[in-house]
Amino acid sequence: MAEILLEVNQLKKYFPINGGIFGKRVGEVKAVDDISFFVNKGETLGIVGESGCGKSTTGRMLMRLIEPTEGKVLFEGKELTNLSDGDMRKMRKEMQMVFQDPFASLNPRHTVEKILEEPLIVHGIGDKVERKKRVKEMLEVVGLSSYHAKRYPHQFSGGQRQRIGIARALMTKPKLIIADEPVSALDVSIQSQVLNLLEDLQEEFQLTYIFIAHDLGVVKHISDRVGVMYLGRLVEITEAEKLYENPLHPYTKALLGAVPVPDPTLKKERELLTGDIPSPSNPPSGCAFHTRCRECMDICKTERPQLEEIEPGHFAACHLYKKK
Amino acid sequence: MTQAPVLDVKQLKTSFFSADGEIPAVDEVSFSVNKGEILGIVGESGCGKSVTSLSIMKLIPQPPGKIVGGEILLNGENIVYSSEKRMREIRGNEVAMIFQEPMTSLNPLFTIGNQLIEGIKIHTKAGKKEAFQRAVEMLKLVGLPRAEQIMHEYPHQLSGGMRQRVMIAMALSCHPKLLIADEPTTALDVTIQAQILALMKDLNEKLDTAIVLITHDLGVVAEVCERVIVMYAGKVVEEAPVMEIFKNPKHPYTLGLLQSVPDVREKKERLYSIPGNVPKPGSIRKGCRFAARCEFVHERCLSDTPPLYKVEGADQHTVRCFLHESGGAISG
Repeated sequence: MAEILLEVNQLKKYFPINGGIFGKRVGEVKAVDDISFFVNKGETLGIVGESGCGKSTTGRMLMRLIEPTEGKVLFEGKELTNLSDGDMRKMRKEMQMVFQDPFASLNPRHTVEKILEEPLIVHGIGDKVERKKRVKEMLEVVGLSSYHAKRYPHQFSGGQRQRIGIARALMTKPKLIIADEPVSALDVSIQSQVLNLLEDLQEEFQLTYIFIAHDLGVVKHISDRVGVMYLGRLVEITEAEKLYENPLHPYTKALLGAVPVPDPTLKKERELLTGDIPSPSNPPSGCAFHTRCRECMDICKTERPQLEEIEPGHFAACHLYKKK
Repeated sequence: MTQAPVLDVKQLKTSFFSADGEIPAVDEVSFSVNKGEILGIVGESGCGKSVTSLSIMKLIPQPPGKIVGGEILLNGENIVYSSEKRMREIRGNEVAMIFQEPMTSLNPLFTIGNQLIEGIKIHTKAGKKEAFQRAVEMLKLVGLPRAEQIMHEYPHQLSGGMRQRVMIAMALSCHPKLLIADEPTTALDVTIQAQILALMKDLNEKLDTAIVLITHDLGVVAEVCERVIVMYAGKVVEEAPVMEIFKNPKHPYTLGLLQSVPDVREKKERLYSIPGNVPKPGSIRKGCRFAARCEFVHERCLSDTPPLYKVEGADQHTVRCFLHESGGAISG
């Protein structure tokens, strides 16, 4: 039985919309609306969804870079949501983040050495000599050279910068890495290098990943299990193989069908999803997907489907699979 | 079919001039687009695909950029030396372009109707009413619901996918023979991307507009293109019909590119990756541009620039690599 590293229970984030002359709260954007999942030790959980589905907000709430409105996050059984800021900072030694934009996430005025050293200083790890040594080691680990330590971020290409971002996340020897679109800003040939690096590092340091991305091909490649989000809700979660071979939720089916496949011989009988994603400040009643769903029934318009285990290990939130 | 191509680019060379000297962003690129055809141009950032398209529209900022050589024949007319006045007639009427970011290419201060009508009135002699009618028709053609209402709306009221539809409507409103689409779906979500690609294919058939589709996504190419050009560091490295390029890629770069894409259909144990980085434009002056990252590199690659060779036993397939020399060179 796999050990659970991180557990999320009914996590919600409602951003207030203020309006009127007194800045009264006139509504809310339900960026993340009641999601629960868990991550096993040593596995990679992929989270996919289109823009605005709440996948990045979820990632940030796990780190408490955004305070959740409601819900619990348990890391190794320890509740994170009620920790003080100081205690939370200490917890972040165990969980680190890699960001999407390798240009914006590194301070342009600091040398690589300073960037990489900072997490160690914050967490009070080692003395000066040890820290410098560790910076050099880590640069080699991510495929750069130790002489790169004296350089500034602008002297590196996008792929190299992302390597620095990964090295920074690894400095404190965390157990969990939350990677938010780590390869989407990179060229195809560089993207595969970074993906391979992430896989190597996982093996070497027994890391657990939460991999947030919109590219279904990339997510399938790297993930053990995949969760699909739509409009702040988790609609389906299961093992990667199962999800791609036998998607249950109509949204997952549509999403997979929409991915262009690099094979011109394949005849595509695809059904296009019509319309746009509804606004999360005014989500549709019942199932959030019912406005675009082909198999919409009456119940979908009124009652929100819960995430249920339909096959062993395969969860989906859809009335179609309701147990009779 | 011996019809004259809509667009014939010959030995196009576009350079940018900086303090470090001349940097050739596009280096002797030749290709042609036939009537009603969809041609894909693939490559990574900095390979010169966008500069090629901007050169065809003559939208290269000058200085620092300049078309230093070659010919661009649009419906038989060489536009490299055309005046700005003539270019203004050509853009919209004969060739139109849509861009990657649909938000920044629409003016946020004017209604959609305003922006559509402006173009139609400049390029045709249509009156106000007629132009309005035509704009509404175009919006309907690109599949926008409530077209008349949208005419009075502002860009911020529309979603990304709808904005891109408006851009397509605008580009096609004067029925150009050629549409250049520079990464038209990169900023969009997959489900919306699929809608836009289907729309472009549909319009290509309905209006017989030739399309040059610039993209970095090989999946998109497989989906809509008939012929493909692969560019690397300012040079065309391979050209072939779409079936051929996926079944029988010849250039080591094309091969590497195809293998490094994670596929939704199967899980590879480990992704293939091309070592090294995409070179900075102008940094390689001698030999094959790909030599530093190529696994089949030999001495000659470092000193001589390979010409385009015909691939044996294949139609319309050319590759810039010494490995395929036996097919015979066709052009410099």
